[in-house]
Amino acid sequence: MQPPAEHVHWLFATGFLLLGLLLLARAIVGDEVWRRRAWRAYLWPSLLFGLGVLMWPVMVFFTNSTIHMIAHGAWAQTMMLAGAAELGLVRGKLHHRAWSLAMPLALAVSGAALLVHEQNGWLFARAAFLHHALGWTALVGSIFPLMAIVRPRSHVWASGFALTLVVIAVFLYADRDVAPIFGHLSSLAGEPHR
Amino acid sequence: MSTQLVTERVRTRSRTAKARLVAALGPLTMLGGVAWGFLQPYRITLLHPHGQGFWWLLVEPPLLAVGAGIVFAMLVAPGLIEDLEAEEV
Repeated sequence: MQPPAEHVHWLFATGFLLLGLLLLARAIVGDEVWRRRAWRAYLWPSLLFGLGVLMWPVMVFFTNSTIHMIAHGAWAQTMMLAGAAELGLVRGKLHHRAWSLAMPLALAVSGAALLVHEQNGWLFARAAFLHHALGWTALVGSIFPLMAIVRPRSHVWASGFALTLVVIAVFLYADRDVAPIFGHLSSLAGEPHR
Repeated sequence: MSTQLVTERVRTRSRTAKARLVAALGPLTMLGGVAWGFLQPYRITLLHPHGQGFWWLLVEPPLLAVGAGIVFAMLVAPGLIEDLEAEEV
């Protein structure tokens, strides 16, 4: 009764889309208004932490090589770390600003893991293309939360961070198990499913 | 008109724009999902359910995007707009 891998990507895409919407709204209204209701302040870090937790079963049940497993484990750990650090900051248990670095770190590590674990070229198949695109998006996108720490009142960096997550969601929604990309599909990739 | 009044007006207008933007996020996401459904109707398996398995009927990306928009519009946006308006007063 296990879902196909592409369905798992789509479910995670929905999580990232929600995360992007929450952060975009926060960027629009500003942190002060966003934190006026306590539950709202906990919302996006909890969602991020939850996505990290859910990545563990994905690592256990859906990976078929060591490097693939390590990459999923790295995403799970960094998402949980970033979510937990933000929760700690919101709750007031953590005070040092350096904890905010967990978010850009999560994106950078996730991006690097995506790029390292993809063994094929961009046009091998759609999954390979998306791994490259996702990797570079996460890696370059990590600049936004990093700059948002330096300039916390800047709408540009906060919105850029939120939109990075929306782009990640779009890429995850585009994933298919075996499918061509721009008309290209390597004969080594296998038969397209649908 | 005094400088203070102009500043207040500009601030109110920008806050109203913020409220409008927040209110638009959910519907825009839903609209995106609906447009996607029209562009790629084969990704909505409910339109051709015969012979589809459980997961193919449950996880349908355009509907998930619509769902995310609904969740945001119903659970997050109303309170946020209320708080924005309270900030104006």
